[in-house]
Amino acid sequence: MDLNDTPEQAAYRAEVRAWLEQNAVHAPATRGRGDEQEAVAAHRAWQRRLAEAGYVGVTWPAEHGGQGKGPLHQVVVNQEIARAGVPGILDAIGVGMLGPTLIAHGSDEQKQRYLAPMLHGDEVWCQLFSEPAAGSDLAGIQTRARQEPDGSWRLSGQKVWTTNAQFAAYGLLLARTDPDAHKHKGLTMFVVPMDAEGVTIRPLRQISGEPEFNEVFFDDVKLAPDAAVGPVNGGWGVALTTLMFERLTIGAGSEGMGYRADRFAAAIASDPVAAKDPEVRARFGALATELLALRFTGYRLLTAISRGQIPGPEAGMGKITAVNGAIAAGDLIADVLGPEALDPDSEWSYLISFLPGLKSAGGTEEILRNTVGERVLGLPPEPRLDKGVPFSELRAKERQEVAS
Amino acid sequence: MNFDLSDEQVLLREAARDAFSRVRTVEAAREALEGAALPDLWATAQQAGWTGLLLDEQHGGAALGAIDAMLVAAEAGRVLASVPLLGHLPATAIANAGAGGLDEGTLGKLASGELRAAYVPARPGDDVDPAWTTEPRSGRRRAPAPAVVRGDEGLATVSGSVAWVPDAVGADVLVAVGMEAGGPVAVALGASAEGVTVEPAGGVYDATRPLGHVTFDDACGRVLAAGEVELRRAWFLAHALIAAESLGAVEECLERSVAYAKERYTFGRAIGSYQAIKHALTEVLRRQENTRSLLYYAGWAYDSKPDEFAAAASAARAAGGAALDFAARELISVHGGIGATWEHDAPLFFRRAQVSRRLLGGTGDAVDRLAGELLTGAAAAA
Ligand SMILES: Cc1cc2nc3c(=O)[nH]c(=O)nc-3n(C[C@H](O)[C@H](O)[C@H](O)COP(=O)(O)OP(=O)(O)OC[C@H]3O[C@@H](n4cnc5c(N)ncnc54)[C@H](O)[C@@H]3O)c2cc1C
Repeated sequence: MDLNDTPEQAAYRAEVRAWLEQNAVHAPATRGRGDEQEAVAAHRAWQRRLAEAGYVGVTWPAEHGGQGKGPLHQVVVNQEIARAGVPGILDAIGVGMLGPTLIAHGSDEQKQRYLAPMLHGDEVWCQLFSEPAAGSDLAGIQTRARQEPDGSWRLSGQKVWTTNAQFAAYGLLLARTDPDAHKHKGLTMFVVPMDAEGVTIRPLRQISGEPEFNEVFFDDVKLAPDAAVGPVNGGWGVALTTLMFERLTIGAGSEGMGYRADRFAAAIASDPVAAKDPEVRARFGALATELLALRFTGYRLLTAISRGQIPGPEAGMGKITAVNGAIAAGDLIADVLGPEALDPDSEWSYLISFLPGLKSAGGTEEILRNTVGERVLGLPPEPRLDKGVPFSELRAKERQEVAS
Repeated sequence: MNFDLSDEQVLLREAARDAFSRVRTVEAAREALEGAALPDLWATAQQAGWTGLLLDEQHGGAALGAIDAMLVAAEAGRVLASVPLLGHLPATAIANAGAGGLDEGTLGKLASGELRAAYVPARPGDDVDPAWTTEPRSGRRRAPAPAVVRGDEGLATVSGSVAWVPDAVGADVLVAVGMEAGGPVAVALGASAEGVTVEPAGGVYDATRPLGHVTFDDACGRVLAAGEVELRRAWFLAHALIAAESLGAVEECLERSVAYAKERYTFGRAIGSYQAIKHALTEVLRRQENTRSLLYYAGWAYDSKPDEFAAAASAARAAGGAALDFAARELISVHGGIGATWEHDAPLFFRRAQVSRRLLGGTGDAVDRLAGELLTGAAAAA
């Protein structure tokens, strides 16, 4: 058991650290309020700078602009970015989840066209999966794509909770292409230009008051014949790849989001009365146990990945631990500091407001527990009403159920 | 970075599992509640070399680390095997530290297991109360650590009492942590020396976990070389071993719960298809894996990051204690009525959980210790 860098990793770390020391002056504030457009431009420039130095998409293959290095190198970069107190990349969704999906399922032309600008932050991406009537039950989406005789597509429908859509250039969108097939069978993944005619983006404000996600409407949007990613009607398999990367990003990335025991310890320790209060200590010790477990479970996961193992659904457990641990921490800090913690200028107000939503983002706790229970523990699935039914007949069936 | 067991460690774990599988330990645990004698697993521990696990090679030991000790403890915990390593291993870790103290002959016998030692623990002071204390027989007021007065030729007399000492009954040597004017000190005493009393305690609720109340009345023993650092470390090593035992027991509870959830049907469905059951079992899994990660952390810190060992072992103890309590209760409730009966094994795991959680300050104290370690660390960094 060894958490030290190999000589090669140590050299890489030194290189990253030196680069960050030199370039940190160009980094925008980690989380600024104020003008969004300015902030996005600053973060975009910062991602470009990181990408040019080779610190974005570290694990991506070299042919797609990445460094072709192992996941441990990516961890070194993340750790050094956190240590330097500078923000990470603007488009974590693209680089962490959607790019890898394109690499796994996209055509050569798609990889050629989209990956490099994504890496450099020139074109930010968003994930157009969830809909008003389909989140957990993602395969129930209704956004419809119809193929024209010339091979092009017509897209109509609505997506929701789309993070970063307000400044994204492209979206990876899951649409229904064969409603007469079973729910999971008639889906196709598409690349959608966000500036296409018929796309309308409306911001949705979150608990924090900030509009970080959106609803996106598609009104007969025309897509080129080569817009499909992966096989037509094979979109579910493509979506599963994205979801796998999503769980990995949220679970393993939570240290980078600042959900660390030592950070919360510093806030509590600054109040000497709180630091000796038995109730505060009991609560802090319990949540610190969770966050430390998260950190060292992450190292186990990385060890497995660096040996070429593919993380299974149990990676989703890290998300549950991270979110609940951080919620407990925010709650305790607000109890210690009082209403001041909720002031918009406080370090904690955004964290406290953001976490209830993060519980749902990337799969709710209930859905993750279903998946782990069935796929890791081998427990039998729940009975379901949508098995073996053509999607087009499902709604009628659901209505019948509600009526009876 | 490599945060996994080595091949040797995997082999050690397999060997331990294999050794315990030859004895019907769970049945024995139940029969012991009715007064039957427990199988003597000390010879097994001797043959496997576990008795000398933490002693240096020059003393006849294997010079392995805390993680190896934890792997053995986890396998013992899985099958509720009563093997007095929780007393012996921290005691030998103290005896191993520094030159002087016990003679080579005695150390060799501790390594081979010819002599069995028990650690008579004292809790190191913390940021709230610097005093070293021991378990009281009852209640929240902790007792002062035994008083040690040094005499000639490396001898000392010890006075004081320590309640609920694991594996003290039947030990040949007691390694007690006490206080002298300058600070904490360890003294090795013969269990049958004048002034030493070991009174069997507990062992009724969980027969596989022998405990004893130890009293020293001007008892004479040999001062050991271990300093404050080693005496602190021994306390947290014992915590890590209790956590490791818990992990093994949690794994067993989960396996049994999952198997039953697949085969028991109600309302035409396997009960494991109900979310109330499924989600509770994923929670057992989550706690199990968190405990494992924290034990790896503790094992790694013991060797490579001694400053963090107290926090790591405390976190492991906190996670493991809560995990076993949760897993044992789930084992019972998943099994419905039979889970609550004497015929089933679930009550044995439940009993183990309830006693283990209260030893050496209890899991609540481990939570508080973790908080104290992190908060003082943060204050120092600020
Ligand atoms: C901050 C944030 C950012 C997001 N960003 C994006 C994004 O960029 N792109 C995107 O596509 N989506 C995004 N989402 C959407 C997110 O993926 C969904 O909110 C999530 O999958 C849940 O879907 P839903 O909102 O439709 O809730 P539902 O699926 O309607 O769930 C409602 C409740 O029912 C429970 N439930 C549902 N089914 C079951 C079941 N089988 N068993 C037990 N309980 C069940 C759920 O756990 C939940 O508590 C984001 C969400 C948030 C909050």
